[in-house]
Amino acid sequence: MTDNAAIEVRGLTKRFGDRTAVDNLSMTVPEGVIYGFLGPNGSGKTTTIRMMCGLLTADGGDGQALGYDINRQAGEIKARVGYMTQRFSLYEDLRVRENLNFVARMYRVRDRRRRVDEIMEEYGLAERRNQLAGTLSGGWKQRMALAAAMLPKPKLLLLDEPTAGVDPAARRDFWDRIRDMTQRGITVLVSTHYMDEAIQCDHIAFILDGRKLLDSPAAEVAERSGLVTWRATGHGLSDLAHALDGVAGIEQVARFGDALHVSGLDEEALERAIAPYRDHDGITWERRKPGLEEVFIHLIEKNRGRNGEARKDQA
Amino acid sequence: MFGFSFSRTRAVFGKEFIQLRRDRLTFGMIIGIPLMQLLLFGYAINSDPRHLPAVVQTRDPGEVSRAITAAIETSTFLDFIGEVQSPTEADRLLRTGEANFVVVVPEDFEAKLIRGERPQILIEADATDPVASGGPIGAMPQIVESGLAHVLKGPLSQLQPRQTPWEIVIHRRYNPANITAYNVVPGLLGTILTMTMAMMTAMAITREVERGTMEALLSTPVKPIEVMIGKILPYVGIGFLQTAMLLGASKLLFHIPFVGSFLPLSAGVSLFILVNLALGFLISTVARTQMQAMQLAFFVFLPSILLSGFVFPFAGMPEVAQWIGSALPTTHFIRLVREVILKGGSMQEVIPNIWPMAIQLGVITLIAMNRYRRTLD
Ligand SMILES: Nc1ncnc2c1ncn2[C@@H]1O[C@H](COP(=O)(O)OP(=O)(O)OP(=O)(O)O)[C@@H](O)[C@H]1O
Ligand SMILES: [Mg+2]
Repeated sequence: MTDNAAIEVRGLTKRFGDRTAVDNLSMTVPEGVIYGFLGPNGSGKTTTIRMMCGLLTADGGDGQALGYDINRQAGEIKARVGYMTQRFSLYEDLRVRENLNFVARMYRVRDRRRRVDEIMEEYGLAERRNQLAGTLSGGWKQRMALAAAMLPKPKLLLLDEPTAGVDPAARRDFWDRIRDMTQRGITVLVSTHYMDEAIQCDHIAFILDGRKLLDSPAAEVAERSGLVTWRATGHGLSDLAHALDGVAGIEQVARFGDALHVSGLDEEALERAIAPYRDHDGITWERRKPGLEEVFIHLIEKNRGRNGEARKDQA
Repeated sequence: MFGFSFSRTRAVFGKEFIQLRRDRLTFGMIIGIPLMQLLLFGYAINSDPRHLPAVVQTRDPGEVSRAITAAIETSTFLDFIGEVQSPTEADRLLRTGEANFVVVVPEDFEAKLIRGERPQILIEADATDPVASGGPIGAMPQIVESGLAHVLKGPLSQLQPRQTPWEIVIHRRYNPANITAYNVVPGLLGTILTMTMAMMTAMAITREVERGTMEALLSTPVKPIEVMIGKILPYVGIGFLQTAMLLGASKLLFHIPFVGSFLPLSAGVSLFILVNLALGFLISTVARTQMQAMQLAFFVFLPSILLSGFVFPFAGMPEVAQWIGSALPTTHFIRLVREVILKGGSMQEVIPNIWPMAIQLGVITLIAMNRYRRTLD
């Protein structure tokens, strides 16, 4: 067991009926980092997180969180981990303050009143203290849920899609807070579908159908994928996208705002494929590092095939 | 290190209480259902149906018989539909339901009356429906008396009674056990508590699963026993509130006599409430949604109405039904309440009804705690 790992699990497996939601998953979350947990819908992120904090019993595998055995010391883990669920799970028919008070009591937070006031102040909830949680807007609900998770001053935060459905400004605020926390030595494991958030993580793990496909420091993701990307900007990109789709050597053609990203694994084959279009009027080409999105789509297609079905040889 | 925490239990209790208070509809139901039921059934208690068909079988024709017939005619309880000659004819009318009452004036009634021999008047009543027959049976002495009062005027007025100079003998036919209308109150109390207590706890817990709040609750260090106690306690209070309301209202509105003492009653009520709350907790470990919880609660509720001796006399049920009935807490509770409020049973006397409930509580709690999931699996 590594000394400086907030979470370390090996061979984690969870089955629901005959469906394997998490399949022999191992991962290590170093202390004090923002650990991005990515994967398409239904890939097993929530299930994994739940096993890490003792909410689900694993069918196989073991590991530790904050030094406590995830299979046997769920109580110790629960007392020290802040978990923000994917679905809002505080009481909608309780006021903001009542909810936070309740959470504080569950964790037997010392000096409760002061701490609740403090956290409400910190998260800008003071003005809404008497509002019923159910009447908060989506973004405020998430903020309150984060406040509740932080209330008992956890060393480890598990955030399951904390910014789903939150507006850009609030998301930025959220991430400022998350970075702040790691400055204070808190480890944050966060699942997300937003690439602009993923890119802010120190470390990224990508899972698909319960299996980990990638696990690396964020900065090395592009390099490790082996993907080559060309970016085209200018006029007539739609026609270009059509023309390039399915050409040998090209794996992905994706529109990003006003640009087109063309990626492939084989550098030479890719250059050959786009060569006929390199000199087109009004289109500028530029080679660049592949983005996270390209890498993930590449991973999904490689493992599931183009139509998203699981490959036979994977079974 | 993480032992039982009283403050956590209290927090669960407080939360549950606030939620209950804010849930107007449920709260209204808690107060409304018992009162509504009481009024509904109480109407049955109170309504002494009138104008039940009666015949007179006279073996002593004369002024006295005529006076009694006249009294029946004037009474609103009974409708005089004719005279019969033979007992077999009277029997036939009772059996077919053409008559509910037969008033038999025996031979030499008048003569014996004058001689002061205290002759009997026999009244045969169809008691299949005790609620229906209760009123007229109770009114019978008065009806006879008012009829004879006319006759016992003048020369015979010295015979005007302290003790009536005749005796009324009532044969309750078809239902010798004669369940009185008062039985409705213990039965109602039992079924209402079963229904609200079991259903409300079951729903309070499945609601957390359904709304997703269970995930957050389980992710805190709270212990199952703390959740169970904290969640159940508000409903214990409600159970007592319902009991007080129901008994108070039946005393006030329907003048149900209370001859019993407080201790055995409150012991029985407490135990019964706990059994039902534990049952609700058990249901919540099986049900996934509030809808399922409600259906399961009804599954328990219906036999509690039908097989507990509330609707059908227990002794008259087939053996299998009696076994099932004995396994239901409501059965023992109804007996206990009946014994205490109507007959003044002491603690000693209700013990036979206490221990079955205590066993049921133990068994149900054990199964429920075993089934309670500490995880989301
Ligand atoms: N309680 C459960 N019973 C049965 N199947 C379940 C259960 N929970 C999850 N699953 C299944 O396990 C798989 C993984 O689900 P999980 O919620 O972990 O995915 P996820 O990565 O969090 O997805 P999303 O991004 O949509 O939140 C899915 O196929 C899901 O249907
Ligand atoms: Mg999820």
